[in-house]
Amino acid sequence: MALSIKEITDLIKSSIPDAAIEIKDLKGDNNHYSAKISSKLFNGLTRIEQHKLVYKSLKGKMGNELHALSITTEGK
Amino acid sequence: MEIKNEINQLIKNNDVCLFMKGTPEAPQCGFSMAVSNVLKHLNVNFRGVNILENEEMRNGIKDFSDWPTIPQLYIKGEFIGGCDIVKEMFEKGDLKELLTKHSLI
Repeated sequence: MALSIKEITDLIKSSIPDAAIEIKDLKGDNNHYSAKISSKLFNGLTRIEQHKLVYKSLKGKMGNELHALSITTEGK
Repeated sequence: MEIKNEINQLIKNNDVCLFMKGTPEAPQCGFSMAVSNVLKHLNVNFRGVNILENEEMRNGIKDFSDWPTIPQLYIKGEFIGGCDIVKEMFEKGDLKELLTKHSLI
């Protein structure tokens, strides 16, 4: 089962409320996305910690329903 | 516990260790291929661990790193990241710098 851009955005926003999110459906198949996310919560964190915050917001869907989400993160 | 020890041994005994889908010669996923190609491009010796051959390893490495996706790169026993982070580090020159610092290239 694939996730829509809205579902991904809502999940991220629920954990990272101030996130500015830009998601692209790379292949038009609801399965391969790239996401650019910036948030104050990322300030002072390593890239690994930033990506882990995003993965946690997706509540176990990453690597399961959501096969491919390439992530770029930055602080604000 | 056993799989955790096995992973510990792998990252201890291999300075550059890539947990991937497929092998460096025949990657089975675009993300694993991308990281493998970056390492080849930098001419660094690395051990590729094919997690598709071992279901226990496939789940074990995700728990071990607290990271939900494959590939996963370890350098000198330290978790570096997945495909996005490795590519970003490569593009910024940080990966080459890290490998040079550890005298691996």
